[in-house]
Amino acid sequence: MSPVATKPPVEPPKQAPEPKFEAVESAGAWRLSDRIGLVICWMFGLLFCAIAAAIVIYLLIQGIKYVRPDVMFSSPKVGFTEADTGGFLDPLIGTLIIGAMGIAIALPVGVGIAVWLSEFGRPFALARIVESTVEMIAGTPSIVLALFGTVIFSSTALSFLSRSSEGVVFGRSFFAAGIMISLVALPLVVSSTREGLQAIPQHVREASYAVGKTKIATVRRILLPSARPSVATGTMLGLGRIIGDTAIIVVLLGALQNFEKTGSPFPLNYLQGAGSTLTNYVYANAPTGELNNPQKAYAAAFVLLVFVLILNAAVDLVHRQSRKAGSWNS
Amino acid sequence: MEFLKPPPVRRLDLEHAPEAKEAPKRRNPLTRNGNGNGNGSAPSGFSSANRRRIGEPQLSIPRMEIDELSVAYDGKLAVKEVSMPVRQGEVLALIGPSGCGKTTLLRSLNRLTELTRSASLDGRITLDGTDIQRLEPTSLRRRVTMVFQQPNPFPMSVFDNLAYVLREQGSRRGSRRSLHDPVCEALDRAGLLEEVKDDLSHPALKLSGGQQQRLCIARALVAKPEVLLLDEPCSALDPQSTEKIEELIVKLREDVAVVIVTHNLQQAYRVADYVGFMYLGDLIEYGGAKKLFGKPSEDRTKEYISGGFG
Repeated sequence: MSPVATKPPVEPPKQAPEPKFEAVESAGAWRLSDRIGLVICWMFGLLFCAIAAAIVIYLLIQGIKYVRPDVMFSSPKVGFTEADTGGFLDPLIGTLIIGAMGIAIALPVGVGIAVWLSEFGRPFALARIVESTVEMIAGTPSIVLALFGTVIFSSTALSFLSRSSEGVVFGRSFFAAGIMISLVALPLVVSSTREGLQAIPQHVREASYAVGKTKIATVRRILLPSARPSVATGTMLGLGRIIGDTAIIVVLLGALQNFEKTGSPFPLNYLQGAGSTLTNYVYANAPTGELNNPQKAYAAAFVLLVFVLILNAAVDLVHRQSRKAGSWNS
Repeated sequence: MEFLKPPPVRRLDLEHAPEAKEAPKRRNPLTRNGNGNGNGSAPSGFSSANRRRIGEPQLSIPRMEIDELSVAYDGKLAVKEVSMPVRQGEVLALIGPSGCGKTTLLRSLNRLTELTRSASLDGRITLDGTDIQRLEPTSLRRRVTMVFQQPNPFPMSVFDNLAYVLREQGSRRGSRRSLHDPVCEALDRAGLLEEVKDDLSHPALKLSGGQQQRLCIARALVAKPEVLLLDEPCSALDPQSTEKIEELIVKLREDVAVVIVTHNLQQAYRVADYVGFMYLGDLIEYGGAKKLFGKPSEDRTKEYISGGFG
C-alpha cells in the first residue's frame, strides 16, 4: 500500500439500498456546519420573499379597496372626513412631471459622462475626479441634496425657475425639484451605461477605426447602440429612484397637495409653481402625517407601487431582449 | 444514518499504475530528403498540405514599402528595424511565435498602433510613395483596411455593416438604393452574397462564425482599399470556414495587396507567395514561400518551421 492512498473501508455497507445515479450533489454529504448554513440561507431567502409578498399583497388589498376612478381623477381638497378630501390627481400628474424632468436631465448628462469616462477619459486625473464625484453623489442622502437645493434655487439669479414676490425668491418649484432630483438618477445612468460600454470588446472599436471612422462616429453608431440595453436599464432604475424619492419633493416642491400656478404662460406656470407628487401625498396622508387620510394614502401608495413594478418588468424585458439579440462573446 | 454517509472518494491505485510508454520515435521531417516530394510541389515537412494557389502570381505591383520600421511600447522595442515590401498580386504572410511583433507590424501599417498610448514609432512606411504619417489616419485606414482575429460585425444588419463604411462618418445619409450595388459587389467579392442576398437586413450577429468573418472581409473590401490586412483571420473558425477564407484570400490577391498574420504554418504555406519570419521583433528571414519553407537560409527559420520552438 502506498503512503498516499488511505485504506478504503473494508466492510461494504450492509444491504446497500438501490444505487442512485444522481448527477446532482446531495447536501446530505455535507458537514453539519455547512448544512446549518444552508438552512439559514434558505430561511432568509424565504423570509425576504415573504416580506416582499406581504407588502405587495397588503397594498394590493388596501389599494383595490380604495382606488376608485374618482380618487385618481379629482384634485385633493381640504375636508373634515376622508370622503371630503378629494383624490390625488395633482400628485399623480406631479409624479409624472418630476419623473419626466429628472430623466430628461439625467439621461443625456449621464450618458455623456459615461461615454467620456469610458472612451476618452483624458487627462487621467480629471477622469478619476469625475468618477469619484459621481460615486459621491450616489452616496449622498437625497435630503442633503434637497437642503443644498434650497440654497441654490433661492438665489436671485435663478428667480426665473420659481415664484418670487417683492424680490424674495420662493425657491420651490417643479424646476427646482426636477433639477435636483436628476442627481438622484444620474449615478445609476452613468454606472449602467459605463458597464454596457465596457462590455464591448476592444476589437469592435478597432474594427470601426480600421475602416476609417472617427471616435465620435464610432461612439454614435456602434458603441451607444450596442450599449442601449444598459442605458435603458440605468434609465429605468433611475426613474424608479426618482418617483420613489420623498425628501427632495417635500423640501423643494413646496410640500403642498395641489398645483400652485404662477402667472406665466401655460407650461411655465405649472413648472415654476409648487406642487406635489404621490410620495409626498402618501407622506402627508399617512396616519402619522399632518393630513391623516390613511385610505387615500393606501390608494396612492398602491398606484406608486404599480409604477415601480411596471418599471421592474420593463428592465427585465429589456434584458431578455438584449440577450436574444446576440453578442460577440462567442 | 444514511444522511451522514460520506461521499464516495476516488482513490488512486498507485501499485497498479500503468507505466508511461515512450512515444515511437519520429524522424525529423527536415532530415528526410527527397521523400516522395517530386516536382517540387511541396517541400519537406509540409508534404501533406496542398497549396491553394491558382498559379504563380501573375502580377506584382509595389504598394507599400516598410523602411527600417521600429515600434516600441513604453520604450521596449516590439519591432526592430524591419524593412519589407508589400505588393499587390501577392499574398504576404507574417509568421513567428507569439509576441514576436508580427501583429504590431501589421497594425502599424494602418496606424492602429497610435490607439495604444504607449506606442512610439520610428522609420518610414510609404503607401504608393506617400509617407503614411502625412496622410489623414481616417483616409489611410480606408485605403489600408483590416480584418481581426475575432469576427466582429457591428450590431446591425448585414447591409448596414457595409453601408456604415461607405457613409460619411456618423451619418445615416445615402439611400439604400444608391448603396445597394457597391454593398452587393463587396459581399460577392467576399463570397458571401449567395448566402445572404435574400435577406440583407438579417442581423449580422446572427450569422455563423465563418459567415461573420467573411462579412468582416466584405466590410474591409467595400471601401475599395489598396491593402488588406488580416490578423489571424481564421484562428477562431472551424476548418470548413477556414478553407473558404483561405480560398478567398488567394483569389483576392489580384485586386488588393494582402498581408496576413498567422500562427498556423500550414496556413501560411497554403496561401502565401511571400513569407516574413519574425522572432523577438526582428525580421529573421523574408522570401518566397517555397524557398522559405523548403530551404530556409537561416537556422532559426529552419528550427521554427520544423517545430523546434514557438
